[in-house]
Amino acid sequence: MTTESMIEVDGLTKYYGDFPAVSGLTFSVRKGEILGFLGPNGAGKSTTMRVLTGYMPPSSGTARIAGYDIVSDSLKARQHIGYLPENVPLYTEMTIREYLSFMGKIRGMSNERIVSRTNDVIQICHLEDYRDTLIGKLSKGFRQRTGIAQAVLHEPDVLIMDEPTIGIDPIQIVETRQLIKDLGGEHTLIISTHILPEVSMICERVVIIHEGEIVAEDTPKNLGDRLEGTERLTMEVRGPIKEVTKAIRNVKGVQDVSFANGESGSGLYNIIGKREGDMRVDLAKAVVDNGWGLLRMEAVTLSLEEIFLRLTTAEGS
Amino acid sequence: MTTTLAIMKKELVVYFKSPMAYIVAGVFLALTGVFFIDSVDTMFAVAEIRGLLLRSVFFLLPLIPPLLTMRLLAEEQKLGTLELLLTAPVRDYEVVFGKFIASFIILSGTVLLTLFYVLILSIYSNPDLGPIFSGYVGFLLCGGATLSIGLLASSLSGNQLVAAAVGFGVILLFNVIDQITTIVGGAVAKVLEAVSLTGHFDSFARGVIDTGDVVYYLVVMAFFLFLTIRSLESRRWR
Repeated sequence: MTTESMIEVDGLTKYYGDFPAVSGLTFSVRKGEILGFLGPNGAGKSTTMRVLTGYMPPSSGTARIAGYDIVSDSLKARQHIGYLPENVPLYTEMTIREYLSFMGKIRGMSNERIVSRTNDVIQICHLEDYRDTLIGKLSKGFRQRTGIAQAVLHEPDVLIMDEPTIGIDPIQIVETRQLIKDLGGEHTLIISTHILPEVSMICERVVIIHEGEIVAEDTPKNLGDRLEGTERLTMEVRGPIKEVTKAIRNVKGVQDVSFANGESGSGLYNIIGKREGDMRVDLAKAVVDNGWGLLRMEAVTLSLEEIFLRLTTAEGS
Repeated sequence: MTTTLAIMKKELVVYFKSPMAYIVAGVFLALTGVFFIDSVDTMFAVAEIRGLLLRSVFFLLPLIPPLLTMRLLAEEQKLGTLELLLTAPVRDYEVVFGKFIASFIILSGTVLLTLFYVLILSIYSNPDLGPIFSGYVGFLLCGGATLSIGLLASSLSGNQLVAAAVGFGVILLFNVIDQITTIVGGAVAKVLEAVSLTGHFDSFARGVIDTGDVVYYLVVMAFFLFLTIRSLESRRWR
C-alpha cells in the first residue's frame, strides 16, 4: 500500500505551548505527484514541513515518508527526503561544489556518487559557471538553485520545498518553476506557497490550509468549479459613482459591488452575484433606465486567489 | 562516524577561511610570549613552563575557547542552516561531536605552537620534560572542558556575541570559584574546590597526572557536551 502514497499524514497536530500551529492535518501524496500547500502567512505551512522533515516531532498524529514513520524511524525517513527550507539557508563561506560535497557526505553518499551527482545537479540547476564561486557571493536566484541542487543531490523520493520562489526576480521565478515542474514525476513533491498562480501552474493537487487546518483539498480546476454558485462581472459605466453603485446593488441577485477605478464620469465596477438566471440583463436595464452609459460588461471567472480568499475569510459565505 | 568527520572537516576549513584561527593563534602566542619572558626573566629562574601554563589556564582559557566555539552552533541557528543539517540523516550528537573535535584541534594546534618556548629552554638549559609533558596534557584536558562550556553557550542562542559572553562568564566563574573557599568554609568549600577548573590543573603543572583530575576534566567535558546535545534536542519540545 505504501508503494502508492509516498507521504501519509494522519491527524498531525503541533502545539507551540498552548497554541495549536497545525491541528488534525490528514492528507497523502501519491508517488510522483506535485502537491501544492497553500495558505496565508502563519497558516502552519512551515510548521507542517518541519514536522514532515523530522526537524520537530508532532504533538500528536503520525506522518510517514516512503513508509517510514517520521518519529520512530526518523533517520530512515530522513534519508528519503530532500528539503529546501524557507529563505534557503546555505553556508556562505563555501563554494557550491564544496557545499554539495558536504551535504552529500552528511547524507552518507559514497565519494564517487557525490562527484557524479554533484555534476548532475549542477547541470540540472544550471550552475555550471558558478561551481567554484563562494555561495556568499551568489545572487538570490543562484542561491535558490543551489538550495534546490542540494535537495535533489541524493535523489530522494520525496522533495519538500518551503516557498521555493520567494524573493527572486520574475525571470528566475519562471525558471525555478519550470525546474520544479521537471522534478515532478521522478520525485514526489510538496511545495508550500502563498502565490496562487504558482499553484495552478505547477501543482496537480492543492491543499489549502488556514489557521492550522485544511479548509480545502482538490485539483486547482475543481476548486474553481466549487465556487460555481457565484458569478463575477466587471462593468464599465459612465455615470455618477455613488448613484451607479447604489443602482447596481439594488439589482436582483447582486451580492456585492465595489468601485474598482476610473476617471470622472466613467468607472469600472466589480460585481459579485448569485448565478441564478442572468443578472446581466437586469444590470444593463438598470444602467440604461437611469440614463447612464453602459460602456462594457464582461463575466470574470474566479481566480484561485479569490477562491482562496473566500475559503479563508468568512468560511461559508 | 563519517558524518562526524565530515562536519569536523567542514568546520576546520571554515576556521582557516575566516580570520578566527589566525586571530586566536596570534593572541595566544602574544600573551604566552609575555608570560614566558616574565617567567625566565628573574634572578633564579627555573627552566620550566609551569608559570606560563598556570597563567594561560587562568587568563587565556576563559578567553580563547569561547572565541573558537561561539560561531559553531549560534551561526547555524541564525542562518537557519541548522534546520537543513538536522533534517539530514544525521544524529544530533554527531553534529555536536564533529564541531567539538574541530574546535579542539584548533586549540591543540595553537597550544602546541608554544612548544617553541620549550625549545628555547632546552637550547639554553636542561628543562625537566616530565612536568612539561604532564602540563600540556592537563592544559589540553582543561581546554577541552572549556570548549565544551563554550559549545553549550553557542547552542543557546543565534547570537555569537551572547555565546561568547556566556562562555566567558561561566568559565571565569569556574576558574575563580575556589577563591571564596576561606570565606564559606566547611562542606561548601570542599565542593567549590572540587568543581574549580584551575584547582585541578595545579598537579598537572607540577608533573603529576592524577587520575582524579583527569576524570574531573573528562566528566566536565562529557557533562557540557551532553547538555549541548540536549539543548539541540530542545527544539523538539519547545
